[in-house]
Parts: sequence; C-alpha cells; structure tokens
Amino acid sequence: MWLGVGAFALLAAMQAWAISISVPDRDMGHLQKIMYVHVPAAWSMMIAYFIVAIASLRYLWKGKESDDLLAAAAAEAGALMTGLLLVLGMIWAKPTWGIWWTWDARLTSSAVLFFIYVGYLVLRAFVDDPDRRAQWSATVGLLGALNVPIVYMSVRWWRTLHQPQSNPGTLDPNYTLGLRVNAIALVIILIWFIRHRYETAKMERVADQLHEQLVLSGRGGINA
Amino acid sequence: MSWSDEWRRIRAIVWKDLTTERRSKSGLNAVAFMGILVLLLFGFALGPDTSALRAAAAGAMWLAILFSGVLAFNRSYQLELDGGALESLLLYPGSRKAIYLGKLIANLVFVLIVEAIVIPAALVLYQVALPPGWPAMVGVTVLGTVGFVTLGTFYSAMSSRSRAREVLLPLLLFPMLIPVLLAAVESSSALLAGDPMSEAGAWVRLLSAFDIIFLVASVMAFEYVIEV
Repeated sequence: MWLGVGAFALLAAMQAWAISISVPDRDMGHLQKIMYVHVPAAWSMMIAYFIVAIASLRYLWKGKESDDLLAAAAAEAGALMTGLLLVLGMIWAKPTWGIWWTWDARLTSSAVLFFIYVGYLVLRAFVDDPDRRAQWSATVGLLGALNVPIVYMSVRWWRTLHQPQSNPGTLDPNYTLGLRVNAIALVIILIWFIRHRYETAKMERVADQLHEQLVLSGRGGINA
Repeated sequence: MSWSDEWRRIRAIVWKDLTTERRSKSGLNAVAFMGILVLLLFGFALGPDTSALRAAAAGAMWLAILFSGVLAFNRSYQLELDGGALESLLLYPGSRKAIYLGKLIANLVFVLIVEAIVIPAALVLYQVALPPGWPAMVGVTVLGTVGFVTLGTFYSAMSSRSRAREVLLPLLLFPMLIPVLLAAVESSSALLAGDPMSEAGAWVRLLSAFDIIFLVASVMAFEYVIEV
C-alpha cells in the first residue's frame, strides 16, 4: 500500500519539479514533459510483457498456479502501461505532428501489442475452468511474446515518423535526471500494480475454493 | 512412435476432414461466398474509381481471405465437438502433434481452394491485370496462407471450446496476424505492380520467418491447448 502511495507521490513530485525547474524545450516547450511518463511507460510495458512471457513459460514447465496468476497480473499491468503510452503519445502528437494518429512503425507496433494482450485478457475472462484457463492463457502469452520482436522488425521497412527512442544518452543533460527518476517511480508503480493484482487474484482463488467446499459439504451455496 | 506412424495418423485426419467437407460442400460454398461478398463490400465502399480499386486490390483480397477463413477454422473443431468425436480422437495412441498437423493441412487445403475462387474474383472485380510475375504471386499467397492457417488452427482449438467463440477467435487471431497480413499485402501489391522497386524479397523473407517461427511454436504448444 505505502509503496504505491510513495511511488505515485514521487511521480507527482517529479512532474512538478520537471515543469517548474527544467527549461522548456526549444521546439516543443513544456509539451516535452510528456516524455517523462511516455518513455518510462514504454520501458515498464516491456518489463511487464517480459514477466508475462517468463511466468507463462514457467507455468507450462512446472504447472504451478501462482505463475499463472502472476502472468495474468503482469499482462493487466502491461496492457495498462501500453494504453497510457498510446494515449500520451497521441496527446503529444496532435500539437507536434498535427495529427492524433499516423500509421508509423513504432505507433502501429505498440497498438498491436496492446491488442494482443487485450485479447489475452479477454480469453481469461471467457474461460471458467481454472486449469484450462491457465494452460490456454500461458500458450497465448508465450505466442504473443514471440510476436513482440517480429512486429518490431516487421515495421523497420516502413517509412517512420517517430523519433528514435529517447534515453539518457540522446537527451540534453537538463532532462536526464527527470527521466531517470520518473522511470524509477513508474517501474515501482508497475511492480506495485502487479503485486496488488496478484494478491487479489490469489484471494479470489481461495474464496472460490472455500465456496466450492461449502457447496460440496451441503452448507452454503444456493440451498443454504 | 516412428515418423511413418505419425505421418499415417496425420494423413488419416486430413483425409477424414476433407471427406467430411467434400460430402457436404455447404462449408466451402458458404466460405467462398463470404469471401466474394467481402470483396464486393470493399468495392462499394471504395467507389467506382478504377485506380483506387486497383491500389486497394491486394489489401481487400487478403482481408476477404482472412474474414472468410476465420469462418472455416471454428467449423473445423465444431464438427468434432458436435459429434463428440474430439474425445475419441484424443484417446487414440500417438502424439497430439499429429492432430494439430492433420487439422492444419486440412484447413490449408480448404483455404487454398477458397482462394482459388476468391483471388480470380478479386482480379476481375478490381480490374487488375495478371502481372508477368504471377508465379511469384502464387508463392506469396501460399506462404501467407500457411502463416494464417497455422495460427488460425491453433487459436480455434481454444476458441471453439470456450464461451463466446465467435468473438474470441478474431480477438485473439487478428492482432497476431498483423505481421503476416502486412508482409502478404505489401509483397502482393509490389508483385501486382510488377515489383518496380524490387522490395518484394524483403517481405517474402519476413513471411517465411513468420511461418517457420509460428509453425514450430504452435506444434510445440498444441498439447497444452488440447489436453484440458
């Protein structure tokens, strides 16, 4: 709980600091500040999808339920980060490029990732049997992760509008500290989200099992 | 289990599926009709401008194949489920890979037959002349279809046995198909125009890489999908 509050407070403080202290960009002015969340969201998204792939692989290998729940929690947080990334990118693109959306390589591949993991979450919602859900979503998570580098490569041939990734090396030193601290704050938020969703899913499972036991022993359920 | 045993199993499943199709014919007719209908709808949406139609021909053709193919995939497992045949199929000795490969080949043949109807219709409706490089077009079409059918056969094994299967299959399949769709459309439209920039090669390489990666991955993952 306090970890999340702390991370959000850090993020908010860094935004305030970035807006008040760091100098406006020559071309973009204060619009540049979107980068402080946009770029870390992209990094967090990649971390989340990496966790989905590892947890899915571990589930198929060992069959432990906790890996399945971890993959689901990471996919949810990853889809959220991708959504944030896309929305912030669009808000930034409208005044800068003059358009909300363009069929650029980077944009399209991010949107594809978003839809792949939304599909993963929809699959989980539509399958009731826990074992079946776990096995199916683990394979979908793995195949989806395989697609990440393919999408990334496939769009290299396109003419591209999005600038190369911003990282501390390509930035003016003015912005490096802001980006770094914001990235740390967002990664902590990501970990907090994943942990929170993971704990919730575990509790839901325990509640389901208790309910099942009650129904089987004739107490509780609809006949109670 | 020797390779020849597995191969016999795969052939038996292909033969069984294709015989069911051949005896009823309703599936093939409906799916091919759906493909041509999608082509017509795109034609109406784009308007009668010939140059616009020609420019959009490759994209419309592939989308028509995709939309009609999705109908075929769910059907291929639905027929088993209706007759309660999937359980018996799973009880037979031998690896589950044979079931997947059998279904894959049967679906591939089915979609290729549909394409043999839909693609000429697309060329006529969109007024595209057959380019000199048409044998390469056939190769690209087969490569694209292999990628499409590989993932379609894999995902429909799940979606056909879940609630809301009509919604689930496109939601899972379409995002995954974007690289294959992109590579197929780009290389087909390059070839339809006579490949003036000789850019088709790069897309064909991507298409082949996609096919190999996902064929291997889905053969390996299929056991986990079918056993529960």
